[in-house]
Amino acid sequence: MSALSATIQEMFNEPGCAKNANKSDAERKKGCTKQLQPGGAAGGCAFDGAKIALQPFTDVAHLVHGPIACEGNSWDNRGAASSGASIWRTGFTTDMNETDIVFGGEKRLYKAIKEIINKYNPSAIFVYQTCVPAMIGDDINAVCKAASQKLGKPVIPVNSPGFVGPKNLGNKLAGEALLEHVIGTQEPDYTTPYDINLIGEYNLSGELWQVKPLLDELGIRILSCISGDGKYREVASSHRARVAMMVCSKAMINVARKMEERYGIPFFEGSFYGIQDSSDSLREIARLLVERGAPSELIERTEAVIAREEARALAAIERYKPRFAGKRALLITGGVKSWSVVAALQEAGLELVGTSVKKSTKQDKERIKELMGQDAHMIEDMTPREIYKMLKDAKADIMLSGGKSQFVALKAAMPWLDINQERCHAYMGYIGMVKLVEEIDKALFNPIWEQLRRPVPWEEVAKNRQTKGMARMDAQAAEVAADPETSRRAKKVCFCKEVDLGTIEDAIRSHGLTSVEAVRQHTNAFGGCCKRRIEDILATMPVSSPPAMLQAAE
Amino acid sequence: MAIVTTPKKACAVNPLKMSQPIGGAFAFMGLRGAMPLLHGSQGCTSFGLTLFVRHFKEAVPLQTTAMSEVATVLGGYENVEKAILNIYNRAKPEIIGICSTGVTETNGDDVDGYIKLIREQHPQLAKFPLVFVSTPDFKDAFQDGWGKTVACMVEVLVEAPAVGAERDPARVNVLPGCHLTPGDLDELRTILEDFGLKPSFLPDLAGSLDGHIPDEFTPTTIGGIGVDEVAGMGRSSWTIAIGAQMRRAAEAMQAKSGVPFRLFERLCGLIPNDEFIAFLSDISGRPVPAKYRRQRGQLSDAMLDAHFHVGGRKLAIGAEPDLLFDLSSMLHEMGAQVTAAVTTTPSPVLERIGTKEVLIGDLEDLEELARTRNCDLLITHSHGRQAAARLKIPFYRAGFPMFDRIGAGHQLSVGYRGTRDVIFNIANLVIADREENHQPTPDSWRTSRRPLKPGRRSFIDATEGSIA
Repeated sequence: MSALSATIQEMFNEPGCAKNANKSDAERKKGCTKQLQPGGAAGGCAFDGAKIALQPFTDVAHLVHGPIACEGNSWDNRGAASSGASIWRTGFTTDMNETDIVFGGEKRLYKAIKEIINKYNPSAIFVYQTCVPAMIGDDINAVCKAASQKLGKPVIPVNSPGFVGPKNLGNKLAGEALLEHVIGTQEPDYTTPYDINLIGEYNLSGELWQVKPLLDELGIRILSCISGDGKYREVASSHRARVAMMVCSKAMINVARKMEERYGIPFFEGSFYGIQDSSDSLREIARLLVERGAPSELIERTEAVIAREEARALAAIERYKPRFAGKRALLITGGVKSWSVVAALQEAGLELVGTSVKKSTKQDKERIKELMGQDAHMIEDMTPREIYKMLKDAKADIMLSGGKSQFVALKAAMPWLDINQERCHAYMGYIGMVKLVEEIDKALFNPIWEQLRRPVPWEEVAKNRQTKGMARMDAQAAEVAADPETSRRAKKVCFCKEVDLGTIEDAIRSHGLTSVEAVRQHTNAFGGCCKRRIEDILATMPVSSPPAMLQAAE
Repeated sequence: MAIVTTPKKACAVNPLKMSQPIGGAFAFMGLRGAMPLLHGSQGCTSFGLTLFVRHFKEAVPLQTTAMSEVATVLGGYENVEKAILNIYNRAKPEIIGICSTGVTETNGDDVDGYIKLIREQHPQLAKFPLVFVSTPDFKDAFQDGWGKTVACMVEVLVEAPAVGAERDPARVNVLPGCHLTPGDLDELRTILEDFGLKPSFLPDLAGSLDGHIPDEFTPTTIGGIGVDEVAGMGRSSWTIAIGAQMRRAAEAMQAKSGVPFRLFERLCGLIPNDEFIAFLSDISGRPVPAKYRRQRGQLSDAMLDAHFHVGGRKLAIGAEPDLLFDLSSMLHEMGAQVTAAVTTTPSPVLERIGTKEVLIGDLEDLEELARTRNCDLLITHSHGRQAAARLKIPFYRAGFPMFDRIGAGHQLSVGYRGTRDVIFNIANLVIADREENHQPTPDSWRTSRRPLKPGRRSFIDATEGSIA
């Protein structure tokens, strides 16, 4: 574990991270991760982060060493897409039981690796460490080393048990595993001056394929994508790329920086979300490639493609502008992507009423201010309750967020669009932005919203009935106040035959009745359900004169 | 009579099983104003949460004690205390349900002891409902976590009635297994109420995860059975337990409050529902409403219409024991052959499944058996989708999780009506499969033995031909 904590400490010293560079030594030592709040935390663990980062490698078997929870509860839950192999979607786990906890799980792990190679023969096996085997001291590095040697297949330990930190740390630990055991271990069949690496791109919903045709058109080859639709051999030989693009996220900054350090591959941080960003990224790739020796005509060709694509996309979005006039959007997402999406939404004519900046850096915030103006509503941390209130008060017309907060919007009968990793639509590049705008349009103008927000008619009817009833009672009360005796006597005793108190009292008094039976004979009262009430009246009435006398008098 | 076997492999491939703690947390989701809390690292919660959200398409309350590596070494008291206080202050729940995980069971946290200490330290929590269940990940499965948790709820929350206290003859406790959906619970509620009975469901997922739209936003469960109603369950006249997993909870109820119970291991199928309806008629003293006579007729007719399609089918089924027993028995009674059966954890019902062998295994085992035994109908949860695509046989999704279709919370299988729906759905899959993939061609019945050509590996061709 000491090796692992050293790796983690090293990560906190990451010089490539702008946030880190601004910290004091003492602050840096504490690490970048906020202490997790028990009972108030949300989000994945380091193991989750490592698996997210590496699982898109399609021809690799991903073996999770741990009890059933880690893989059994989570496998096949990512929307990454593969152009070929499907072994990455197969769930492999050692499913440790009580005996393994007592005697150690190393033997089971070794056997599991052997079984996978015999049955599935993948290009490589990535072995993920989890909390329980880490606690009992299973040494996965040693098992993987022995297995690699004996079985002649790359077996890569990914040392990232869940309890060392959050998802983001896991992304970086996954990167360390690649740097230590994979990158630079093989050579590509051939190289070109147009070879690039994409780092931190996961090909969710196949969105990389929205951009790849443009790169293909320009003759730019993705030597390795870490890790979307990636193959083991590609990442193993990725050290021969000319340029790297760190896609959209700082999650794997350690990989980008160390590859620059070790192999001299310059990198830049870019994004393919939004029209402007896509253009900027293409330009930067071309510029860096030319700098590293590619023919300079690449730049002209790139500009031509950019001009064509921008014109096409803007024309497609233009149609939506009148429809979006006056519509307001609320953007709640993992911060880093905020500004690129903000720009795209503004291009489509949406007004942004707020954007989250929880995970954004200072520069990100500056860019948001640039785009949205000085009084941009930047949301540091908003509880679901606050979001719900904001939507319920109709301060926004649509919310764009990750899957976890979707129900806050939907249950407020408010349009919502998924823009995080679980989504089923691809929003990358120029085509992707048009797609995003289309989806927003579909969500905003779906006829369900009007129906769902309408008051329920039968609740109105019920309310009216209640109001009428109340009015009647009020009227009766007023009558009682005016003439207590009349209204007292008007009270219904028998509801079936509509006989009132006065009639019954008169009958009892005039005929000297003493039984319910007698009352029934002299009045219309039925004496069924009202039997008890008539008995009560008989009990309270003074027996004025003996009935025999009256009868005789008659 | 089936023999239950466990394969001797080191690596589970395409797991069928899910872990015990999230089964426990799931049970807590059927209580009103509840916040389930997993005592473990935050990933334990996050994975479970994602799974529930994908299945129900609903907001799901689930919290974590966020154990770090250091906390794991030092013991989790502080994390449990902080988590309870944070949830108590922020979410204002009516109850917090705590399940342990592999991490905190391995380091041996004494959560029951912690809770005692926390109640002493914080007087506002002295009487606050806290239920703890021990659910290590490395033992048992989802269904066991649910069963244990409901038994714990009974032990902690149900009040023993005063000596000589009168029982409410109309009141009935229902302890549903985790294989029933919110839709199933609503169906059972209607049936019981039609007999003039007043059911209390523990847990009541129909109140919390049925997809209704609450008036206000709440961070806890938006419905379910209230703690006060659970306390009064000891005054009921009967307990109905559904699924063998609920025996433990039903026995706990009887031990604590003397309420007798009747266990219904199955509620899908004609005969099990006849028994169920007869029992309700018996305890309520009311004749069976005309509605159920009609529904029984409809189910009988559905069986007549569907047996042409379901009869003789070779079924491969993977599910947790109670669901496996229920569905496979129903289809067995429709003439299907249970050809491959895989489950997650031991249970007394397994040996009564109408097949030779039940495997405690994974979806790789199920796929392999289905392939070698030429099964032509697959039933399991959504994780079976990859196997179904490879096997190219009709696939009926049943159980948890069902994340690649919508309406999982309302898939009905109990009662005459629920059984009728399941039969129709499965028969329609079979019909669609025949129309799409098995239309006869001029060569369908030609003997497929190809002429032996020199130079080809004719031996293998011939062998394959004769098998097919």
